[in-house]
Amino acid sequence: MSCSRREFLKEAVGSTLASVLPLSAFTFLTTEEARAAVADSNVRWAFLVDTTKCVGCGLCVDACKNENEIPYDAEVTRTWVERYVVTKDGKTHIDSPMGGRDGFTSMEIDGEEIDPENIDKAFFVPKLCNQCDNPACVQVCPVGATYQTHDGVVLVDQDWCIGCGYCIMACPYGVRFFHPVHKVADKCNFCYHRISKGMEPACVECCSFGARRIANLKDPDDPVTKIITTERVAVLKDEYGTKPHVFYLGLDANVR
Amino acid sequence: MKWHVLRPLWVAIGLVGAILVAQLFLVPDDFGVHGRNFTYGYHRLSNIQEWKDFPVKYQGREACVECHEENVQKVNASTHEPVECENCHGPSVNHPDDVEFLPLDTTRQLCLRCHAFLEYPNSARAALLSVEDRRHKRRKECVECHNPHDPKEDMR
Repeated sequence: MSCSRREFLKEAVGSTLASVLPLSAFTFLTTEEARAAVADSNVRWAFLVDTTKCVGCGLCVDACKNENEIPYDAEVTRTWVERYVVTKDGKTHIDSPMGGRDGFTSMEIDGEEIDPENIDKAFFVPKLCNQCDNPACVQVCPVGATYQTHDGVVLVDQDWCIGCGYCIMACPYGVRFFHPVHKVADKCNFCYHRISKGMEPACVECCSFGARRIANLKDPDDPVTKIITTERVAVLKDEYGTKPHVFYLGLDANVR
Repeated sequence: MKWHVLRPLWVAIGLVGAILVAQLFLVPDDFGVHGRNFTYGYHRLSNIQEWKDFPVKYQGREACVECHEENVQKVNASTHEPVECENCHGPSVNHPDDVEFLPLDTTRQLCLRCHAFLEYPNSARAALLSVEDRRHKRRKECVECHNPHDPKEDMR
């Protein structure tokens, strides 16, 4: 069989194109489909925690457990409050008994009574899911049971989760846990059922001190968005590149 | 052609085929890429609505004021104004339709969440009016002397 150089090149280019272009690239979208494909939400949920206002009452943890049907006496929680006590000898004492569910009512930390004279500073830090822009937990899910919605919240499909626990390992913030009743991974979702109805998350509503607030980053008139964009806020574990969306005011270097 | 390598190959091909057929029936129709991309948005679309339909338990002060206007006004005028009704009275859920009585918490432990004295310099806790649990009327409940709806009111 003979083949001219021109014919050979034609065939080669043609077959290369045919093999690299998937058939789906040629499908025609209806107007609605095209619009949906490029549609962008006008909501991006974020959270603001003012650690200077938190008094460690733990009512947010209590409310979260009730609102989201997390077994009350199990040692799992979607949000928790940590107590940091920095003493004059340079040590940092950290505790969060039952996630701070019952508040902090004594000076004792892990059975150790700390002399108030020795305390340099002490403060409370509420923690919850950071609803990252690059959520590591979603990347590792082998079955597509966890995902990011258009408004930035990471949800877990409880019917689809197989409970393998990869996401619990992957989260740098340790916010995911194994739900003891549903036997699936569970985590804070900013009370998605509440924020999508225009309500505040349960922890925000139950915080008497304004230490927890919810924001829509895509709404420039949102008062909390204004604080996040104009004041000096910090995020946890920025070096992981997960782009967390829980912002902290007054975050101390001792907080990990 | 009789070649012993082909037999396990047919089994493997059969298995793959069976899985593909099973997938047709088991994977929901709305499963696919719905978010930003495959990495972050590969999921079952109807799950978003399922989460939105999750029942709300904490209804907020706006729901309480509809019937308990007097109490809400009293709290709003007091130093306990920032405290949500449901922090002490419990989540209202479907009150008063299904849930007739709310689990009101009047224990000393609840008050101590904010009012137990912790000697922490620079903490917001230090700014709150507080008592030392072991020294202040150990045997009594706080509500015996203090009205939570108006802490300044003298009940003695």
